[in-house]
Amino acid sequence: MSLLTRLKGLFQINRVERDLDEELRSHIDMRTQDNVAAGMSSQEARYDAQRRFGNSTLMKEDARAMDIVGWLETTGQDLRYAARMLRKSPGFTSIAVLTIALGIGATTAIFSVVDATLLHPLPYPQPEQLVSVVDDLPGVGAKDVGMSVPEWHDLQRSGIFEYVSPQGFGSVNLTGTSQPTRARFSAVAPNYFALLGGVTPQLGDTFNPEDQTPGFTLEVLISDGLWKRAFAADPGILGKSLRLDNDLYHVVGVMPPGFHDPGRTTEERNTEVWAAAGFAAAPAPPPLRKSHFLRGAIARLKPGLTIAAAQSRLDALVAALQKQFPDDYSPQSAWTVRLVPLKENVVGNVRQSLILMLGAVALVLLIGCVNVANLLLARTSARGREMAVRQALGAARARLMSQLLTEGLLLSLVGGMFGLAILFCTKAFLLQILPDSLPRLNEVSVNWAVLLFALVASLLAGVIFGLGPALHAGRPDLTHKLKQEGRGSTGSGEQARTRRVLVVTEFALSLVLMIAAGLLLRSFWDLLNVRLGFNPQNVIAVRLWLPIPNDPDTDIYKTPAQEAAFLHEILRRCRTLTGVEEVAVGDLAALPLGHGRDDLNPFPLILEGRETPSNQAPLVDASIVTPEYFHLLRTTLLRGRLFTESDNEKAPAVAVINETFARTYWPNADPVGQRLKLPTPGDRSSFAWTTVVGVLADAHTESLAESSVPQMYLSLYQRTAKDLAIFARGQLDGAAIPVELREQVQSVSPELPVFGAQMLNETVSASLSERRFSMEMVGLFAVTALLLAGLGIYGVISYIVSARTHEIGIRIALGAQNRSILHMVLRQGLRLAIAGAAVGLVGALIVSHLMAGLLYGVRPTDPLTFAGVALLLIAVALLACYIPARRAVRVDPLVALRHE
Amino acid sequence: MGEALSKPKSDVLQGTLALLVLKTLARGEMHGYGITLHIQQVSSDVLRVEEGSLYPALHRMEQDGWISAEWGMSENNRRARYYRLTAAGRKQLAEEEKNWSRLTQAVATVLQFAQ
Repeated sequence: MSLLTRLKGLFQINRVERDLDEELRSHIDMRTQDNVAAGMSSQEARYDAQRRFGNSTLMKEDARAMDIVGWLETTGQDLRYAARMLRKSPGFTSIAVLTIALGIGATTAIFSVVDATLLHPLPYPQPEQLVSVVDDLPGVGAKDVGMSVPEWHDLQRSGIFEYVSPQGFGSVNLTGTSQPTRARFSAVAPNYFALLGGVTPQLGDTFNPEDQTPGFTLEVLISDGLWKRAFAADPGILGKSLRLDNDLYHVVGVMPPGFHDPGRTTEERNTEVWAAAGFAAAPAPPPLRKSHFLRGAIARLKPGLTIAAAQSRLDALVAALQKQFPDDYSPQSAWTVRLVPLKENVVGNVRQSLILMLGAVALVLLIGCVNVANLLLARTSARGREMAVRQALGAARARLMSQLLTEGLLLSLVGGMFGLAILFCTKAFLLQILPDSLPRLNEVSVNWAVLLFALVASLLAGVIFGLGPALHAGRPDLTHKLKQEGRGSTGSGEQARTRRVLVVTEFALSLVLMIAAGLLLRSFWDLLNVRLGFNPQNVIAVRLWLPIPNDPDTDIYKTPAQEAAFLHEILRRCRTLTGVEEVAVGDLAALPLGHGRDDLNPFPLILEGRETPSNQAPLVDASIVTPEYFHLLRTTLLRGRLFTESDNEKAPAVAVINETFARTYWPNADPVGQRLKLPTPGDRSSFAWTTVVGVLADAHTESLAESSVPQMYLSLYQRTAKDLAIFARGQLDGAAIPVELREQVQSVSPELPVFGAQMLNETVSASLSERRFSMEMVGLFAVTALLLAGLGIYGVISYIVSARTHEIGIRIALGAQNRSILHMVLRQGLRLAIAGAAVGLVGALIVSHLMAGLLYGVRPTDPLTFAGVALLLIAVALLACYIPARRAVRVDPLVALRHE
Repeated sequence: MGEALSKPKSDVLQGTLALLVLKTLARGEMHGYGITLHIQQVSSDVLRVEEGSLYPALHRMEQDGWISAEWGMSENNRRARYYRLTAAGRKQLAEEEKNWSRLTQAVATVLQFAQ
């Protein structure tokens, strides 16, 4: 038969069947005729003819089984039958479909986030060629110390990279628009957009990659967001001028709406203004080789070069440069340059939490599948007789198994579809509850990969819970089944055992999830309640940037004395506001838990008597504050004194340090009075002696998880800072006070933007937002898992009770007390729960070790959490068994004895 | 019980049936009932075709391309499906005849030997 005939047959299923029928009929007719001619009665003749064919249905089936037509027919039949069976028990079907829908919906949702964040390549052409370039000094324990301009040029000339560009993130005062505003800013090399590749602005052009201007070019690009926010999407924007930190630029292009910088934080990714510079003229410091002020760089490898190959060539270059410039690269610091795939930069921090969540939700799905498997198995055992009869009539075992498997698959596919539907409907809401700090959030979508995942997950789920009943139905123990006499509720002992195993599995999985959630909860709680070392209550902070014009001579806040005058005025005015008791000013590094890594001011630490060259000295972070700061935040002074008004530009330089600093560098001496050398403000190559005057108790200003970080404070009247935060403590009106503070500042200097107002205790809790999200999600999954496990055990115990109704009736008739019946049932449930808990504890130990990195303040084997959760689980199991137990007690012995 | 009805036929019988059908059709086209009668008559009732396995075998051979079929009118004006050999079928027939004679010769040899 040709392919064409077969395909035609596919579309003419009925006709093929009719043809075969007709052929057989005519054969039988002919034989009947011959039989009659040979002398049989017409009835006999027909019987004889028909009998020779045996089971004609079977023969037809055999014939049909051979082609696609037959297969499709079979599957269609199976599906129709499965659908009918599912419709007949709406309760079971709806529970099963809902369970699967929730499981698949949730898993697919998390997967879509994992897909967009971790699996998709970055949205630039040839993204695997993009790397970030990181300088380390492992010899002094410093990572990511930044690059210098000559090093950048060396990399460009090395032939390893097609383009290299520094990437400096920050923010600028944007004036020349309706309101002075603060804009997120990125300083890059002119080849930056050529490096990323393939991006065309929606208006205008990008920078000219050949531009050789040593300082900032006069051209900037703005983002779509800024264009709409500050310029009202003015179509005549090109060529318009604006001032960034009082310097004049004009706009040459507007980037398209979906474009994001490959940055590490949300702020970096949402750059609003790009400016190009050669970094070899003001405001950059002199481009010396040892001046590592370029905070980071990205590069595009030459086509065809792998990262490994590039890294080895880079190592050779680094070795050569170290020999060529021995003064700038001391052997002790062991300068290395490492290449990291750019994607790592963007998603590295969240990888672990996302994998954790995917694991957690997959566990929930698994538990749901086990639950549905249990339900299906119960139903199958009730249909044991039906299966036996069908087998007796000649159904092939394989057919029965595929029938049951089809039922399972139909259930899971329908559930999966519902799950996807739920996902679509709640997509907007879900995107909102994701924390902002998740990178690449805008790329999260339900695309083909996600749909495929949902399909595969549904199919897998269907196979998992369809296989159980299918395998059981395949047992050829027909006589036993036919004799079952309607005690179909439990089915064979084999089946009951399987269901018990399933319930124990459910419990184990739930336990694992709940312990994970419990550990995360305790970490979170501990972090939240950690003794801060300062008091953030009733304190508000607003941010303020003094402009940094490109030409330092036009800077009106250039010297500490100039800035001090400004600060004194601000402090005076803010103190007059109602409700305000104290005011202080500090730089951004002084905002506890509200600043990022890049806002720190690292200084090389050169101690008196232990002087090391500056490029080998360890780095320490300093905050620059006015004297009122310490009292405002209620930090504790341990020795010496704090800053005073007289610690100004003319007085000797002073510093206040914290306990850890003192312990690390002067473990055996009184730190007060010790001296260290710090770079003079404005000129990083010359140094001045600074005296330590006070020691503070340690405080969690850098991170809630770590308090032992060496900290140093310098006076704002002795050292300028441009990124400032104004702190105010008192009985504050949360809504009005930011506006009032802004008015006061702008009454001194109208073109300064004041922004980012936040109550300090909100800043503290916001620093935990990612952890909180993980914890909430895992907690949600754990509660769901617990509910499902409880339902599972309820189902199994119910069936056990109804199976043993006969026995219970006998016991009651023989005088058993209610209590002993109750105990009997509860003991059954308890045994299952304890078995589940035991297995689950082992699994939980493994999992908690895997997530040890996410915990704080709790050991992965914390006995309190483990014991508590296990007890909770057993309690829930007992509760779930209680209802069927009560039912057992109320069994009427007369009814039970007659119950078959 | 169910097993007995769905047990597959032994291979030798299947192969023999194909050979017999092909040889029958070599004489000309015939419908299913005709093939049954012919084999029965020519072998003097020794070989009786299991009608339950005839049509599946015919179907299989049709799929393999050894025979082709079309509807026609039988002797007593009934619609019946007539089968005929294809060129490939003729080649297959020659092949099967060769195999059969080899088989029978081998059996005969063993029987002589075993004496």
